[in-house]
Amino acid sequence: MSSNTFLGMPSLPVFGHGNLNATEAFPKAAHRELGNEQLRANLGHATHTIRDKRLKVVAELPDWEDMRNAGAAIKDATMANLPALLEQFEENFTARGGIIHWARDAQEANEIVTALIRETGETEVVKVKSMATQEIGLNEYLEEQGIAAYETDLAELIVQLDHDKPSHILVPAIHKNRSQVRDIFLREMPVVDPLLTDEPAKLAEAARRHLRKKFLSAKVAVSGANFGLADTGTLTVVESEGNGRMCLTLPETLITVMGIEKLLPTWEDLEVFMQLLPRSSTGERMNPYTSLWTGVTPGDGPQNVHLVMLDNGRTAALADEMGRTALNCIRCSACMNVCPVYERTGGHAYGSTYPGPIGAILSPLLTGIKSEENNSLPYASSLCGACFDACPVKINIPEILVHLRGEDVDSKRAKVKVPTQMDLMMKGAEWAFSGGAKLNLLERGLPLGKLAAGRDKVIKKLPGIAGGWTQSRDIPAPPSQSFRQWWAKEHKPGAAVVPGNTAEDAGNGSEGEQP
Amino acid sequence: MKIALFATCIVDAMYPRTAQATVAILERLGHEVVFPAGQACCGQMHVNSGYFKEARTVVANHVEAFDTDDYDVAVAPSGSCVASVKHQHELVARRCGDTALEARAAVVGAKTYELSQLLTDVLGVTNAAEQLGSHFPHKVTYHPSCHGMRLLRLEDRQLNLLASVGGIEMVELPEADQCCGFGGTFSMKNADVSSAMMEDKAANICGTGAELCSGGDASCLMHIGGGLSRQGSEVGTLHFAEILASTLENPVTVTGEVKLAGSKR
Repeated sequence: MSSNTFLGMPSLPVFGHGNLNATEAFPKAAHRELGNEQLRANLGHATHTIRDKRLKVVAELPDWEDMRNAGAAIKDATMANLPALLEQFEENFTARGGIIHWARDAQEANEIVTALIRETGETEVVKVKSMATQEIGLNEYLEEQGIAAYETDLAELIVQLDHDKPSHILVPAIHKNRSQVRDIFLREMPVVDPLLTDEPAKLAEAARRHLRKKFLSAKVAVSGANFGLADTGTLTVVESEGNGRMCLTLPETLITVMGIEKLLPTWEDLEVFMQLLPRSSTGERMNPYTSLWTGVTPGDGPQNVHLVMLDNGRTAALADEMGRTALNCIRCSACMNVCPVYERTGGHAYGSTYPGPIGAILSPLLTGIKSEENNSLPYASSLCGACFDACPVKINIPEILVHLRGEDVDSKRAKVKVPTQMDLMMKGAEWAFSGGAKLNLLERGLPLGKLAAGRDKVIKKLPGIAGGWTQSRDIPAPPSQSFRQWWAKEHKPGAAVVPGNTAEDAGNGSEGEQP
Repeated sequence: MKIALFATCIVDAMYPRTAQATVAILERLGHEVVFPAGQACCGQMHVNSGYFKEARTVVANHVEAFDTDDYDVAVAPSGSCVASVKHQHELVARRCGDTALEARAAVVGAKTYELSQLLTDVLGVTNAAEQLGSHFPHKVTYHPSCHGMRLLRLEDRQLNLLASVGGIEMVELPEADQCCGFGGTFSMKNADVSSAMMEDKAANICGTGAELCSGGDASCLMHIGGGLSRQGSEVGTLHFAEILASTLENPVTVTGEVKLAGSKR
C-alpha cells in the first residue's frame, strides 16, 4: 500500500479543518432536531420518495451487484495507487492548458481560490453545487474577503437565501417543504412576483429569473467535480438542472475545487460510475446534464481553467487501514436516504458538511476522532446495515462505525481518568461473560430483579445510563431461574417439552407476557 | 445429529423459554442437544460499543466453549448473535493481534447456525405443522431483525416457518425492513432517536391488528415489547421458536395472565 508515499507533503498526515465538525454531541443535537415536527414530516416524506425511486431503477438492472463490485474495485485500485494517479492527472491536465494548485487544508484552499478571483479583478462569482467548497467553508471565507458567491443550484440557492446550512449532500434543502420555499423567495429575492404560489414549476421559474442575470454577467465560476480522469486529465460534473453547464461554459475563468480522492484511473472507468451514480442518488436512470472538460479549448468556454486539489484530511483517512474505504464515496447520498437515524434527525444534527451514515465515518476520519464532538458521530447508528446495502461502491459503513468507536474508546483509555458508567458496565460485563460459571453466579440473582419488578411484573425505571432505556421502554420481570439452571436441574433429553411445561415456573419473564 | 445450543446471554438470563423451545423443536425432530457449560455471550455488546479489549475476553470464552469436536453443528435462536460469531469474532481477534484465536474463531463460526437457517437449510423443515406438530391459533405479525436480514441474509426463512404453523394467521407488517431502533447500547447512548424508531415500529405493529409480533431476536423483541408495554398496548412480542414449539396438546398461551400450559405459576 502506498499510504506512506507523499507528494512533497509532510510525513505525518494532516487532519482536515473547516465545516467538518459536530460542534455539539450528536445525542444533544438529535434531541433538539427530533422536537421539530415539521422537519420530521418533510424528511420522512422526502427520504421515502427518493428511497422508492432508487429501489425501482436499481431493480431494472440485472447486473447491479456486479456494477457495485466493479465500482468498489475501481475505487480500491485508485486509492492503492493514488500518488501516481495524481501525478498522471496533473501532467495531463497541465498539458491541456489547465493550472493545478495543491491545498493541504481548508485554509490553503480558500486562500488559493481567493487569490485567483482577485487576479481577475471581479468581486462576484457564480457557483456550481459542490461538497468540497461547503467542506472548506469557501462562501463564508469569500464573503469576509469582500467577494460575493452566488449558488446557482436551486436547492443551494434556497439554503443560501435563507441564510441556512445544507442538511443533505444531494438535496440540501430537503428539510424544507415547498410552502417554506415560497416564503423564503418572497422574503429574500430582490425582484419577485408577490403572488408567487408554492407550485414547484412557479418556484423554479422564479429561481430561473433570479439567476439568469447572474449567469449572463458572471466572469468567474467556482465548481466542484464528481470525477477526475487520470489518463486524460478530464474533469466531470454531473447535475440535473443545467445551472452547472451554464457556469462551466459561460464565464472566462473557471476555478474547480476537488478532493484528491475523486480520481478514476481511466476514461473507461467512468462508464461504471455514470450508471451507479444517478440511480443511487436521484433514482434516475441517467442524469440530465453531464459536463466534461479537459484543460482549455481555445475560443470555446473558459480560457482560464484552474483546479485546486484538496487534501484536508484525506491523506490521514487513507492511512487508516480499517477506515480508508470511506474515501471511495461518490457522494450519491443513498446511505442517508435509507438511514433510519438520518430520517428522524435530519442532516444538521451531524454538524459536519457530511451528514448521515457516510458523514458519521468520513467526518471523524478526516478530522481525527478527537476533533471537537466528532467522537459522538460513530455512535449515531443502530448498525442496522441499510447503508451498506445501498452504497453503490460497497463501503462497509457499519464496520467502519464500529472501528471508529474502538478508536474513540482507545483514545480515552490513553488518558488517566475516572471510568465512566459505560466503562464500568463494560468491565463488569467482561467479567460476567468470561465464563459460564461466572454468568451462572450472577444469574442466581435473577429473583431479586423479579422482586424489584413488583406486582405489575415490569421494571419502569433504571438509574444512570440505563435510564435511557426506561425513558420509553419497560423491562420485563426476569424469570426465577436462568435457562442454564433449568438445563442443569430439569432438562430430560428427548422429553420434547413445550417451554415452561415441565419447568417449575421457568421463564415466566418471557416476551410473550401480556400486561 | 448432535447439536450444541448457544443460548445467548439475553435468552439464558431473561428469556429461558426461547432456549427451551429451541431444545424442544430439535429434540422433537430426533436430534441430541448439548449445552456447552462454559458459554456466556457472543461479545457483540462490547464490540459494537468499541470495547475491543474487553470483547476479546468474551470472544475467547465463546471460542473455548465451542471449539470442540463434541457436536456436529451449533445453533442459536438469534440472528444478531450468530452474525457476531460468524462475522465479528475473527475481526476482534485480528484487531487484538491474536492469530491463534482468529483461526479457532473461524472454525467455530463456520459451524454455527441461526435457528431458522439450521431448520430450513440443514434439517429440511419446510412445514412446521406437519414436521413439528406446530399449532398456534393466533393472529401474528413478524419483524425481521436487521442482522438476520442483512448480515446472515435469512430472507424469508423465519417468516416461512411461521406461516407453516397450524392455525396461525399471519398479517404483513408495513415497513417491516425498518430497524426497530434497538442497536445495543445505541438504545441508551442515543435514547431519543432509538425511542423515535421504536415508536414508529410499534405503531406499524399495532396497525396490523395482530395479537402479537414475532421475530428471531430476543433483544429486538424486548425493545419492541418494552415499548408496547410502556404504551399500555395489549400487543406483545414472542420469539418464533416458541411459536414453533407450541402444539395442539401443549399450546403456548399468549393472552390474559401469562401462564404456560402446565406451568405452576
